[in-house]
Amino acid sequence: MNAVAKVPGSVGVVAPSDMQFDEPLLLKSGAVIPSYSLRYETYGTLNADRSNAVLVCHALNASHHVAGSYAHDPKDVGWWDNLIGPGKPVDTDRFFVVGVNNLGGCHGSTGPATPNPATGRPWGADFPVVTVDDWVAAQARLADRLGIRCFAAVVGGSLGAMQALQWTIAFPDRVRHALVIAAAPKLSAQNIAFNEVARQAITTDPDFHGGDYYAHGVVPRRGLRLARMLGHITYLSDDAMAEKFGRALREGEFKFGFDVEFEIESYLRYQGDKFSTYFDANTYLRITKALDYFDPALACGGRLAEALKGAAARFLVVSFTSDWRFSPARSREIVKALLDTGKDVSYAEIDAPHGHDAFLMDDPRYHGLIRAFLADADIDRSAQT
Amino acid sequence: MSTPALPNWRPDFEAIAHWVAPGSRVLDLGCGDGTLLRFLKERRGATGYGVDISDDNVLACVKNGVNVIQSDLEAGLSGFESGSFDYVILSQTLQATMHTERLLKDILRVGREGIVSFPNFGYWRVRMQLLAGHMPVSPELPYQWYDTPNIHLFTLSDFENFCRGHGVRILERLVTTDGRPVSAMPNLLGALAFYRLDRAPGASPVAA
Repeated sequence: MNAVAKVPGSVGVVAPSDMQFDEPLLLKSGAVIPSYSLRYETYGTLNADRSNAVLVCHALNASHHVAGSYAHDPKDVGWWDNLIGPGKPVDTDRFFVVGVNNLGGCHGSTGPATPNPATGRPWGADFPVVTVDDWVAAQARLADRLGIRCFAAVVGGSLGAMQALQWTIAFPDRVRHALVIAAAPKLSAQNIAFNEVARQAITTDPDFHGGDYYAHGVVPRRGLRLARMLGHITYLSDDAMAEKFGRALREGEFKFGFDVEFEIESYLRYQGDKFSTYFDANTYLRITKALDYFDPALACGGRLAEALKGAAARFLVVSFTSDWRFSPARSREIVKALLDTGKDVSYAEIDAPHGHDAFLMDDPRYHGLIRAFLADADIDRSAQT
Repeated sequence: MSTPALPNWRPDFEAIAHWVAPGSRVLDLGCGDGTLLRFLKERRGATGYGVDISDDNVLACVKNGVNVIQSDLEAGLSGFESGSFDYVILSQTLQATMHTERLLKDILRVGREGIVSFPNFGYWRVRMQLLAGHMPVSPELPYQWYDTPNIHLFTLSDFENFCRGHGVRILERLVTTDGRPVSAMPNLLGALAFYRLDRAPGASPVAA
């Protein structure tokens, strides 16, 4: 357990750990990662029968740092801290929560910026394209090493929800509850189009150097900025943007130039600048590809119900009305597939104005559902009978 | 069947539960807090889902440990495959639906059988209030005219005429007043009606 000093409602000060894996991992692409390391955090205590572990899967730009804060940087609060902590919906007094930075990430796990053992130089362009399936396989190995045979729950929003879904398909006997939030069973052409624009922004940046920018001592910052700005537009609803920024001008009048004038411009530039200082461009490229490739129904002739036939988890699927990136209709596709195969599933459509980002918000209806759904998730009924 | 110790148990659930064969697959439309489904699950080994539109009811169902799908019945049952349930239940909700005709068709598309209950607008106490010049208020119709969710009020006779005209076969009927069965002159003496329905053999397949 990493929690040291606990303040009410927070897991307190946390510290990440690293797990080294020396068994090669065969990826979906056919490439092999000979060895790798995963950075992770845990909160709470694994109980005696190891039935209370909850895996939290991250989306595009997040990490293993899910809850709590760091001693050296108290402002660096975990990205889902409003959901996870003592007395919170994912209650760390009951659950042993694991957050992990995915393979190919840039927050401490092996990725394009870490040294390739074969050359001693950063992997760069040579780092293989990873998929949701690969991430889940790597997460399962981490679970093995942590002594977790079966998760009480696997939780994720957006791309994280795709991982939760994949868990129920790849390891049906290792997940009792799946929380699939703001998800889609596969990307639409429009979703892929946004990802492609983001990738083009990065790869056409003169500082990209074909992905081997590390050797040149530069970062394709302009590309990352654009990718992030574009992404941000798709995470917010039109209404949320109107409410937050409207047409407000920073200096109250038109300047008839091209510097920042509208508040929304200022916001996007700020988000883009911030992102480009810490996120690795090669990781961004790979994560967007993982999104594009995710399609568990593909192997079953496009029949999602068939892909989910073996799943044994109880599902909670949640969507948000104003989410146009992964709209409620996309979640209903997942629900329909689960209904058609008679799985245990509950579905809620939360009337929230925030767009895709609503899954990160502290909405009492949404959080209340998660709390209720997990009420007895730490009890392993199969172990008792 | 003894009344179970569930906090929001309603007497009319008794009659419905009685018709559900053990181990059935059930879809409960307008399921409220999931009390009926929980009973059917625990006592009858039934599996299935509730459907409700209210946030509070969806949360209550999850707390009750039953599957629930948040959805608007008025939007139809297109999320459910034809013939995917043994029973589709609609308990005291039909009179509050806008697209009543379409919903009844959809119920018998999705379910092998439908179980429907509704307050009888032909009940004599209702008729008396109307004769006295007022919209009826009773235990089965507990609303004032200005706040009632009931927009399609009908009698047993109306419903049975509807069934005849729409290829719906009545398999079983139970009429009650104050929880006791009524046999004579049900359209006059019955306050609440329950029907078990299916598609009449030879009836044209009902479209969604």
